[in-house]
Formats: sequence, structure tokens, C-alpha cells
Amino acid sequence: MGLARTHSVALIGLAGSIVEVEADISNQLPGMRVIGLPDAALAEAAERVRAAAKNSGTALNSHKLTVNLSPAALRKHGSGFDLAIALACLAADNIVKAGSVAAVVHIGELALDGRLRPTPGMLPAVIAAARFGFETVMVPAGNAEEAALVPGIRVVGVASLRDALIWHGAVLQPVDVDVLHATVEEDRADESLDLLDVVGNDEAILALQVAAAGGHHVFMLGPPGAGKTMLAARLPGLLPDLGTAASLEVSSIRSLSGRPVGRSLVSRPPLEAPHHTITAAAMVGGGSGQIRPGAAVRASHGVLFLDEAPEFGAAVLDVLRQPLESGQISIHRANAVAHFPARFQLVLAANPCPCGQYGVGDQECTCPPNARRRYLARLSGPLLDRIDIQLGVTRVTAAEVRLAAAEGRLSTAVARDRVLAARAAAAERLAGTPWTLNSEVQGSWLRGRTTRLAAPVTAMLDRALERGGITMRGYDRILRVAWSIADLTGVAQPGPDEVGQALYLRKGLAS
Amino acid sequence: MARKDEVGRRGEDCAAEYLVRCGYTLIERNWRCSQGEIDLIVARGGDVVFVEVKTRSGTGYGHPFEAITVAKLARLRRLAGAWCEQSVLSARHIRIDAIAVIARPGQEPLVEHLEGIF
Repeated sequence: MGLARTHSVALIGLAGSIVEVEADISNQLPGMRVIGLPDAALAEAAERVRAAAKNSGTALNSHKLTVNLSPAALRKHGSGFDLAIALACLAADNIVKAGSVAAVVHIGELALDGRLRPTPGMLPAVIAAARFGFETVMVPAGNAEEAALVPGIRVVGVASLRDALIWHGAVLQPVDVDVLHATVEEDRADESLDLLDVVGNDEAILALQVAAAGGHHVFMLGPPGAGKTMLAARLPGLLPDLGTAASLEVSSIRSLSGRPVGRSLVSRPPLEAPHHTITAAAMVGGGSGQIRPGAAVRASHGVLFLDEAPEFGAAVLDVLRQPLESGQISIHRANAVAHFPARFQLVLAANPCPCGQYGVGDQECTCPPNARRRYLARLSGPLLDRIDIQLGVTRVTAAEVRLAAAEGRLSTAVARDRVLAARAAAAERLAGTPWTLNSEVQGSWLRGRTTRLAAPVTAMLDRALERGGITMRGYDRILRVAWSIADLTGVAQPGPDEVGQALYLRKGLAS
Repeated sequence: MARKDEVGRRGEDCAAEYLVRCGYTLIERNWRCSQGEIDLIVARGGDVVFVEVKTRSGTGYGHPFEAITVAKLARLRRLAGAWCEQSVLSARHIRIDAIAVIARPGQEPLVEHLEGIF
């Protein structure tokens, strides 16, 4: 009759905390009770553990088992505690060594036949275990590759409860079983999207490179068929590979959303393109029990593309203002607050009016003027104010198609190299500041004593500011874009040309 | 007498023998009232103990203790109250125990005793 304990991990958002799983056998009628705020799936662990233990050759003790998940006040979700509960119960019964079980973090769901099922959210859970100083984590064999991506912790992948018991020193005959794998979902082949496919729209291609170089948000306005979607889909291809911390974060979010991670970390920036019927909760994440990441979180370190932006609900667009400002989404529920990273690059695309023909040369717009005005007014001022590059995209003409066939076009590989060089230049200049990208730099620094541009260079901007054409905040944004253009073209400082281009990229819509 | 009753009867004999060996005095066997039956009532040092005996000839249908359900426990508690009301004996403490007897054919019966199953 005894007591034993082991450890597992509970996730709130991406942050994991260690949960101590204690099991006590007491002289009572047979039964198993799981306490410590389990949700419905976790409370059912008792039945899964009982059946799995029986089918692994070691039935649970026929007295009362009390399983406590501590800290008892923290809500726990899902089925990932099954393995820890089973091993704590069997260690309390002296079937496995209590010392061995106590030193290891166990994560995994049990099947009734005793095999272990892959569990979503493995990557952030193992990261948490490593952060709390554990040396060994035991996971389902189907998740072992994913867990092994975390440095600094020993991963033991086991196919079944029987294997886990043998590893912890139980005297059992090993039995070979088929490993349960997560259902694999095909990845979108976004590497096939090349800038070479884009015909015409030279300023839009330039704008994309500037956006990629400086991390600026982009708004594209143009009639249907102008190629807005095509351009936006090519932006992730221009971004550099993710750094170690970023790729761990992107992979963790992927794992938490229940998508398979595979044997290597995600190295390319993600693209999320939600449909315009998306709700605010689906955009930022939510859920009453387990808090799941939304589209904006999944786009972290990548691109969030909102096609037909005015069709999105006003509330949905405005929930993006917090992440655009702070790079983080906090979801508050009665019992917990989950923080998710959400430092994405926002790309909006919109038609100029509901019929889409306004401003197109030979087509007639059929919308009444107030419908046209209302359409774009759905994008709120505070949201648009945060978008550095605002650009009109026009339809491709026959002449441009002929030209495109004749002259060499820019490929994604070449453009990405330019972007990499520009980012390196910006990082070098911003060394010693808290920023790495031009879009993050504060206006006061841009206008500071050492980095201020000469009066003749900014003459055009100063005039626009005096006339009220731009605000002070707009002035700073144009300066940031000008610096990105300078980095991209390889000049040390923006000249009048770069500032002019930046002004056009900001105010190109008004013309 | 049906076979299952016979098994149960033999189990109760075993349990009673075991309790006497442990120093309890047998007060009643199969005490009945309108609400049901208590298998064994024993006493030791001022404590009156109500015992539910479960007997199985194997564990193929689970451990005997698993057959003691919440409803059965609640009934036992009511019965214990009913017994105390009609009894002349005054109990200092009362307790409800369970005894499992696994009587495999041709083997010595195995007795397990749980004290205070509330």
C-alpha cells in the first residue's frame, strides 16, 4: 500500500507548467478518483488507465486509487496525463520503481490496448519540461521525433505502457506492437510560388520587397484580377528563414493546433489566409476550456493575409490592433490568461468598391457613391494608420504582357537575397538598439540627432506635413519605409529619391 | 438452495470464522428488517461493526469488492441505523466493513477485510 508521484505538463496557451501527479492506494472499496480540476477528457482517464494497465499484463490494484494533479487549483485539460497517471498508480503498487518514475516527465494518451497515442502540443510541453530542469521526458513513440527537436533534454519514445513499465524496471515480457502515428496532413507547397509568375506591377513587386526587408505591413487596393492575391501569396517566399527561437515558436504553435510537426522544425515563415467569414475568436484564438491559438497567432513570424479586407467583420479587424501594437495576444478567460506570440506581417487586399470596377479605365463602376465610400470606410482609421505601405494595384495591360516576355524578370530567389542583404544592413545600423527591423524603430530615433536626414532630403515630406497631407505619425512611417528602400538599394542613407518613393508607397492610394 | 446462495453461505461462514479469530464477538447473522439484510454484525471493545460479505468463486467477473456499489453502501448505512434503533445494545462507535471471500474450488478460501469503507 503506498504512495508514488511523477510529473507531467499542463499547457495554458504556449506556456507549460509542470504538474505533479500523485497516486495513493488506500484501504477502501475499489475505485479510482482523479482530483485536481480535471476536464471531462481527463476525468475519463481513470477508465483508460484501468483498461490499458489490465491489457499490459499488470492490472491496477483492487483498492481505492486516489490520483491528485497538483497544483490542484490549475485547470487541466486533455488526455496527455494518462501515461503519468498509469505510472504513478503502478509505482504506488510497487510494480515499477517509484524513484525512476518520479524523476521523469510523462506525456501521452493511452489506448485501451495499452498503446500510446500521439498527443497534440507535444513540442511546447517538452520545452516546458526542459525549462523546469527535467533531464528525461517519456513520450509516445509517434511523437518522439517532434519531442527530440527540443535541445537539452533526453527523450524516451515508448510504443506502449508495457514498454514504459519495462523501462522503469518492471518485470514483464516485451511485446512488439504497431506504433500509433498521428494522421499526417499534406503540407501546402508554397515554395512553388515564384515572383517570376507575376507579370507587370513593378511597383507592387518593389513594395513587396520593401515590406519583406523592413517588416512593414501592406495594404493593396485594386480591381478584381489585378493580381493582389497572387502578390500577397509570394510575400512569405521573400522572407528569410526563421531563426532558432522563431522556428521553435512557430513549430510549437503548429503542434498546439494539432498539426503534425515532423522530424525537423518549421524553418519557413507561415502564411495564414483566413476566409472573410472568420470570427474574432477564430482570429485571435479562444475556447472556454482549452485555449487554442487563432489565425493571427498561427501567422506569427510569417504573413497574415486578409483578402477582401472590407468584407471582414469590423470587430474582427479591430482585434488585430492589439497584436499589431504589442506583437502578442492575451486571451482572458475566467480561470486563466493565455499569452500567444503574434508578431506577424499583415497584408490586406481590397477592391476599391463593391462592384470592383471603380477607377478601372474602360469599365463603368455601378456602385452609388455612398456605397463606395462606406465600403472602404469599413477598414477603421486606427487600423490603416498602422500600415506603412498602402498601394494601388492596377490590371496588367497587353503591352506589359509583351514586355514581360521580352525582358528578364525578378525571381523569388534573387529578391530574397536582396531582402537578406537589406535586413543585414538594417541590423548592422540598428546594432545597440532594441530593434532589428526598420518597421520597429521609433520615430524619435529616426528624427534623432545622429540619424536625422538632411533638410533637402526631407523637403518633400516637410511640405506634405505643412499642408496637412500627412500626420506626424505618417511622417515617421514614411521615414521608416524610406530607410527600408535605402537598405534594399544598397545606399547608406535615404536620399530625396528614396523619400519620394516612400511617400508614393504610403500615399499611392490617394492619387 | 441455488448454487450461488450456497457459495454466499459458505463465504459468510468463512468471514464469521475469520472475524471470531480476530477477536470479534458475533452478534447477529443475516439480520433482516423490512429494508433488507445485514450479513454479519459483530462487536469488539464497544465497537459495533456491520459487515457486508461478498463471495466469488473466482475473479473472472471482477474482484468481489467491485460488486459493492454506492447504492449498496447507502442501503447498508440505512440498515445500520435501523438496527441501532431496535437494539438494546448501546454502541460506542459503529463501523461498516466489507469482507471479500474468494473461494476457488478445491482451494483454501482467501479472505480480505476492509475496515471502515466510508
